[in-house]
Amino acid sequence: MTFTKFCARNFTGLLLLVLSVGLAQAAVFNPKTKTLENGMQVVVVENHRAPVVTNMVWYKVGAMDEPPGKSGLAHFLEHLMFKGTKNLAPGEFSATVARNGGTENAFTTQDYTAYHQSIASDRLELVIKLEAERMVNLRLTPEDIEPERQVVLEERRSRVENNPGARLSEQAMPALYFNHPYRIPVIGWAHEIKGLSQQDIVDFYKTYYAPNNAILVVAGDVKPEKVFALAEKYFGPLPAVDLPERPTWVEPPHEADREVTLRDARVTQPSWSYRMFAPGYHSDDHKRGYALEVLADILSSGSTSRLYRALVVEQKLATSAGAWYDPDQRGPALFGFYLSPREGTDINAVKTALWAEVDHLVKDGVTQDEVDRSIRRMQDNAVLALDSLSRPARTLGAALAIGMTIDDVENWPDRISEVTLEDVNRAARDLLSDHHGGLETRLLPAEKASSKKEKGA
Amino acid sequence: MTRILAALALVVTFFSAPVAYAVDVQEVISPGGIKAWLIEDSSLPVTAIEFTFREHGAALDPKGKEGLADLTSSLIDEGAGDLDSQAFQGALHDKSMRLSFYAGQDGFGGSFYSLNRYRDEGLDMLHLALTNPRFDAEPVDRIRSQVLVGLKQRQTDPNFIAHKTLMAQLFPDHRYGRSTDGTPESVSAITVDDMRDFTRRAFTRKSLIVAVVGAVTADELGPMLDRVFGDLPEGKPVVDTAKTDPVLSGGLTVVDMDVPQSAINFAQAGPDRSDPDFYAATVLNYILGGGGFSSRLTDEIREKRGLVYSVYSSLYPRDEASLWFGGAATRNAKAKETVTVLRDQWREVAEKGVTAEEVKNAKTYLTGSYPLSFTNTSHIASILVGIQREDLGIDYINRRNNLIEAVTPGDVNRVAKKFLTPDKLSIVVVGRPDGLSTDGPS
Repeated sequence: MTFTKFCARNFTGLLLLVLSVGLAQAAVFNPKTKTLENGMQVVVVENHRAPVVTNMVWYKVGAMDEPPGKSGLAHFLEHLMFKGTKNLAPGEFSATVARNGGTENAFTTQDYTAYHQSIASDRLELVIKLEAERMVNLRLTPEDIEPERQVVLEERRSRVENNPGARLSEQAMPALYFNHPYRIPVIGWAHEIKGLSQQDIVDFYKTYYAPNNAILVVAGDVKPEKVFALAEKYFGPLPAVDLPERPTWVEPPHEADREVTLRDARVTQPSWSYRMFAPGYHSDDHKRGYALEVLADILSSGSTSRLYRALVVEQKLATSAGAWYDPDQRGPALFGFYLSPREGTDINAVKTALWAEVDHLVKDGVTQDEVDRSIRRMQDNAVLALDSLSRPARTLGAALAIGMTIDDVENWPDRISEVTLEDVNRAARDLLSDHHGGLETRLLPAEKASSKKEKGA
Repeated sequence: MTRILAALALVVTFFSAPVAYAVDVQEVISPGGIKAWLIEDSSLPVTAIEFTFREHGAALDPKGKEGLADLTSSLIDEGAGDLDSQAFQGALHDKSMRLSFYAGQDGFGGSFYSLNRYRDEGLDMLHLALTNPRFDAEPVDRIRSQVLVGLKQRQTDPNFIAHKTLMAQLFPDHRYGRSTDGTPESVSAITVDDMRDFTRRAFTRKSLIVAVVGAVTADELGPMLDRVFGDLPEGKPVVDTAKTDPVLSGGLTVVDMDVPQSAINFAQAGPDRSDPDFYAATVLNYILGGGGFSSRLTDEIREKRGLVYSVYSSLYPRDEASLWFGGAATRNAKAKETVTVLRDQWREVAEKGVTAEEVKNAKTYLTGSYPLSFTNTSHIASILVGIQREDLGIDYINRRNNLIEAVTPGDVNRVAKKFLTPDKLSIVVVGRPDGLSTDGPS
């Protein structure tokens, strides 16, 4: 339907993603799982606090799976999934959910697409039946597609064209990824959104929307046996399809430093970022990922973290400064830094101070106390992640959709607690002692007329 | 035809009775006389405390010091008692405790959330923040610089400018016409003495409202309340504030900004929270523009015409004035059409009302979705603060769906005639909208 999210890979998007993953995965959700004969995985997390459930269907297909020249296809299809099906008139899906007191939405990322409703637990069967219907029975007409194409273009204007930071991100991603489709924005380039045909959409839907490419995750006031039975009843009869082989995207060596700068009259606060590839949970050395997670936390979590304390509090050079680490996605994991200078401070001076902090950390290492406090925070936050209906479902669904396992999620607190001081310091040395081959971005105010004149003269 | 019949079958099968949901809210009075509402919930080892000091939000900001309450809210957790900013924030962060304060127009709010194993330490820190904040030079300079950056940045945000422009028009001589976070000049003028003075005047027992949710018993809660709030000064009784009427020209104002998409904000007068017709207006607003995908505005402006990604309306009742407010955003070339359809729909609903079917569907949504608000500890506590603030009664949560259920199509259409004033719908558009200029479509 409606207020579709897409996780554009911009700075704050990444930052939030890391924070939420860091918080949420620490929980022990105690999920129960079953795989249907057609290959669809079903996952249930019980939470009997209120008589409600969150129902999510995750498709293991995202913007990175779009054919060349068809950017925005995965996200456009997500919008159109709220139109008509064989047994539902256009709009009937949402009207039915709403009439039953449910809220719903959907979102598309590079890695996956997910649809979800929250609703009274005695109406779980309704939303499971509706999701099964639109998994295989979508019926599109030009009358549905054309106004929705304009809605998507409006969404693009809201999120990207009206937002200098998001515009910089779009311009910068092709410089970060030489090869990987992450270089193309999830929402798509405007000219390609305009060119997507009904056939493109239907082909993509028929190729990827199938039970053996989907995961059902239900969290809330329901027993697992009940969900398994409903899944069997509605999704069980749907046929598996032959999923296409998907390319394994490998980045060639990155040797050149890249810098991308966007100047815009609407920027009043300059900002800088640096991002580089790092080992993630998918890499051979996935244990390194847990150490990097602790490292990013020590560098950047809270106002007593190393970068905020040094640059914002003590040296008074920046209004914000930090690091992020994104270990869990289908594509390459990223480690990055960001800052925004205080008024009157040169952005390069803050950048120099940030690298000095990083060099200091690499040379002298972090302390045992920092590691202990970081691990404790992450474990405490694992408990707090249960204080939500939808968060366990989102965390488990996202992990499974990118190829991780339930064990990866459930064992996360243990694996974090096994991280040693030496692990963190070795990970820091290996990753950060020579920071080259990454991408630097700058978002700057428009040059003043006078300085332009000077340049021209 | 088959399609429609099958669709109906799908719906009818599952259409069942309204969701029944009940919670037990207790009133607890501490040994020292502090009152709080409590929902005991032992599902997680956490405690959430939400509270507000009524009337003491941006309302108290003196002229020329706009933003005082807001800046204070960002600084009282930046060092208190013997703990400087780094020590205070470090202690909170290391124990994953969440302590935050926020200044609204009509009140100054606070929020505390902790695992029970750290709760005692956290309560002492909350007490220190309320009674003995330090306002050291370093955090004052740092936070002020961050606030100033935010203020500057917002001047280039079309939505912010649309909202600010509209509020200034509606309330030219009233504090609601000023933004809670002030201007660069007013925020720069605020001193530490101003902030100290604010905390002394604002944090009083008479204006305090408290709600607690979590793994805590009534017996445990009494001493906790005294520990945090017990030594606050008594303060003056809260008095009912005077009502003011928004100035509604019904016109259209264009503010030029070089952006590809125009931001649109609109408002007219709305019902007060205490108005007996508030529930009928809630149902009406859901049908008009509150129901996301299901509303008239979304259907006409987004679904049929593809003009926007989002359009909404909402009731906006406040202590001294109430609005019916909304927003949208559309490409500059379509701003005129969007405004036209918006006005037409507003008039259509005002004059012709809505259908019994729409009212029925709105009611089943509003009642059925109510329990969805009760899945997060802090959020439940904030709901309890709101209910006390509006004086809705300790059994409100259990009565609320009956109040919605009681609304009839006749009520909704009477309220549409009574409240909706399409001629008084004031609109602000920020961008480069084709064919629109100030004071109405050209």
